Amino acid sequence: MGVQIAFWLFAILVAGTALYAAVAPKIVHAAFSLMATFFGVAGIYAILGSDFLAVTQVLVYVGGIMVLIVFGVLLTDRVPEEYKVVAPRRWLPALIAGGLCFAAIAGALKSTVWPISSSTPLGDATSTVEGIGRSLLTDYLIPFEFASILLLVVLVGAARLARGQVR
Amino acid sequence: MPQDTLNQDFATILVFLVFGALFVIANMVLVGRLIRSKTKYTEGKSTVYECGEPTFGSAFVRFDIRFYVLAVVFAIFDVEVVFLFPWAAVMKSLGPVAWLEAAAFVGVLGVGLAYIWRKGDIDWIPAHGHTRQAGKTLPGELTTVPTDGVPAATIPAIATPAVAEAR
Repeated sequence: MGVQIAFWLFAILVAGTALYAAVAPKIVHAAFSLMATFFGVAGIYAILGSDFLAVTQVLVYVGGIMVLIVFGVLLTDRVPEEYKVVAPRRWLPALIAGGLCFAAIAGALKSTVWPISSSTPLGDATSTVEGIGRSLLTDYLIPFEFASILLLVVLVGAARLARGQVR
Repeated sequence: MPQDTLNQDFATILVFLVFGALFVIANMVLVGRLIRSKTKYTEGKSTVYECGEPTFGSAFVRFDIRFYVLAVVFAIFDVEVVFLFPWAAVMKSLGPVAWLEAAAFVGVLGVGLAYIWRKGDIDWIPAHGHTRQAGKTLPGELTTVPTDGVPAATIPAIATPAVAEAR
């Protein structure tokens, strides 16, 4: 029961803040609204028993990605007084695109046969972290090490682009 | 049940979050209303006094691109830390092999850190590059200060071209 209440609270939080992020007149407000959305998604992950994913969501999205988005806003070249969404809102194309995406996802959700298991996602463990760690270091070692190479490429590439000139 | 234990752990966090939010709101709205002075708002009350510089212009200025590099670096190492959590949980049971695997992971990212360090991307005053062209200032620096009625002569100069040329 408590889980159900928590789920609906988080669902309302996610939907409401996501909507405000889309329609907010000031882009900074949209960015901070998105932060609340990320938080709500983390809450839903926690309810679903994915503790590691929930903590990662807060750490990476609320912590890291939000900083990037806010800095991206602060770095954009526009008149400071008009820190607003400048492009005209094209409601009709947005509605069509959003409606098609929604229809596709809803159709997939409806046509999928969801396997219902009596066991909980965690099994006997009290946390998913050990299982993830074991998988990362044994079966998925190559993707794990490649993740660091991917991060290295991103780091070097972003620094290179921000420098703006060849040296 | 492990799932219940997990839910309880996250419920504790949720209670903390809710109480934290309520504490701020209650103090600002209810308690603050009782305590604070009932006198009317005047122009002088919003000024800084005794401490702090008088402010001028808008706070919504465009930031230096160097902030962005720092944000990217932060996000990258944020993700790295997320990968290290599951590793730390199983490090002891998997033995020295796990240690080597994580060392390789961190080592690759260490190369990235060495690269941006060497290239001077994380120096606050860049060792090389980012040199200012004559008459041009970095974004975020105020050259034409939006005075808002303040005479331009009273505003202290921010740009220090002598330092820039000394590099």
